[in-house]
Amino acid sequence: MAAAPDAWKPKNKALAWIEDRLPIFGFMREHTVEYYAPKNFNFMYFFGSLALLLLVNQIVTGIFLAMNFNPTSAGAFASIEYIMRDVEWGWLIRYMHVTGASLLFVVIYLHMFRALMYGSYKQPRELLWVIGMLIYLALMAEAFMGYVLPWGQMSFWGAKVIISLFGAVPVIGNKLVEWIMGDFLPSGATLNRFFALHVIALPLVLLLLVVLHLGALHTSGSNNPDGIEIKQHKGADGKPLDGIPFHPYYTVKDLVGVGFFLLLAAFIIFFQPTFFGLFLEHDNYVPANPLVTPAAIHPVWYFTPFYAMLRSVPSKGLGVITLFAAIAVLFFLPWIDRGKVKAMRYRGASYKIALAIFALTFIWLGKIGIGESTWIGDTYIARALTAVYFVFFLFLWAYTYFGWERTKPVPERVTMHE
Amino acid sequence: MTHPDENHDEVDHDRRRFLTVTTAVVGGAGVVIAALPFIESWEPSARALAAGAPVTIDISKVESGQMVRFAWRKLPIFVVNRTKEQLADLPGLDPRLRDPECKETSQQPAYCQNTWRSIKPEWLVMIGICTHLGCVPDYYGQIKPEPFDPEWKGGFFCPCHKSRYDVAGRVFDGVPAPLNMVIPPYHYIDDVHVRIGVNPKGAA
Repeated sequence: MAAAPDAWKPKNKALAWIEDRLPIFGFMREHTVEYYAPKNFNFMYFFGSLALLLLVNQIVTGIFLAMNFNPTSAGAFASIEYIMRDVEWGWLIRYMHVTGASLLFVVIYLHMFRALMYGSYKQPRELLWVIGMLIYLALMAEAFMGYVLPWGQMSFWGAKVIISLFGAVPVIGNKLVEWIMGDFLPSGATLNRFFALHVIALPLVLLLLVVLHLGALHTSGSNNPDGIEIKQHKGADGKPLDGIPFHPYYTVKDLVGVGFFLLLAAFIIFFQPTFFGLFLEHDNYVPANPLVTPAAIHPVWYFTPFYAMLRSVPSKGLGVITLFAAIAVLFFLPWIDRGKVKAMRYRGASYKIALAIFALTFIWLGKIGIGESTWIGDTYIARALTAVYFVFFLFLWAYTYFGWERTKPVPERVTMHE
Repeated sequence: MTHPDENHDEVDHDRRRFLTVTTAVVGGAGVVIAALPFIESWEPSARALAAGAPVTIDISKVESGQMVRFAWRKLPIFVVNRTKEQLADLPGLDPRLRDPECKETSQQPAYCQNTWRSIKPEWLVMIGICTHLGCVPDYYGQIKPEPFDPEWKGGFFCPCHKSRYDVAGRVFDGVPAPLNMVIPPYHYIDDVHVRIGVNPKGAA
């Protein structure tokens, strides 16, 4: 981004002085006013900017929570109650953080589903997708560790179960579990190190990954609901004919999304902060007790699809492998799907059906994972759904590799629905 | 006096590559060694290890058929005073179990590798932690049909992932848990006092 002699320069002399020494304004301009995004974005394109907004919300509210939180096994639970009852506006800051975490996963899942709908993971955006998956992975770690901090029953037993997953590693498994916990069961040592990772290490990793994600996005350019590369049709001025500057057009559009989204978030924060026990679980209002497991134990809703898979497999090793494979397979999506047509609207009918089944499978698994766990029938349904989850990827590969897909012609230019 | 480079116009690439590689290897080894203190700082601390001292429990108030929980190293210790009926059903369960003869030696001391997995048949002393993912199973002592098993002979049911164990902590086949629950080292001081964490005299 070294400024060429004829490059754009701020008119203000003071700003121009800075620009000569650090081309920061040119950089900002390049990625806003001069970044051309396809003009046919639809509703599904709100979620990237909303995820960014929520990340900022988590960092800001998190900083203020850390000012009153006590990361010790003796003091953590009480300090949460202290924040809720005694700290001025503490309840609001905590509910913003908790609701923000769940909504971040809502937004991320929709953001990922958008990529599946319009083939946004395909060439030339494979790396963009992989970095996005790394963000998802880091978010899961971040959310898990945050969940442990209040040191309630679900925190303790969630930590115990998730850390025990590493016990399935051959030979070193048990040592590994001890090493992660720093004790023979989740304890103050575990809580304290999770706090450090939750407030420092993982947020730094997340911010770095988000910068890389945006860097990769701005290199290949945004995909769109037609799955067309707008850079292939440029006007005389070298600007994409089907693109419009991100700022002011999409910043303003995204602001509408932000406004609507904040309305929903505020409604949850003020009227239903536990969201019927989904965002904040009732059992977590009981202090951690290493001697008694809560009757119904399950992770927060955004992990339950994977949890249902784990629970349905009647073998510890295979269950853990299934769990990790379900996440790992997503990384390889750009190479599993060989289809050249990106957007769902021009792909074969079977793809649309398969994608719908896949989405429903994921939701149903989530529902089973969160449910009461004594009905034996759920186990068999969960097994079938786990199979469907993996068969989707197998089908997608075969469907595109053997050329069974009957695609529709993709238009040269983006289509608008006016 | 001449600068040494003046006599060598050409770069010796082999020499340069050798120096680059050796520098990288030595530097890399240094990084690995420097990382060790940070990795080892995550091991259980001296304080956590010291908390693992043996405890003595009093079992005189445990009624027949009842289970009482004690704590050792902050782990739940289940003590069950098993009834004659419960003990009588144990051998009959063998075909439904994963390791009926307790061949996995890491799961119990040698002096408890028997049908009832204990020193005295009626008294079960066990770490009540599911070998799947570490939950604490619930005690379902009665011999009656349960929703999770119509032929239940009494035992433990883990609420987390539905693993089932018999009343000696032996795991059923076809559940997520891979192993029988762990029997800790313990011995009797007298008829009602049990020392947990120490083997009987003479036993390894």
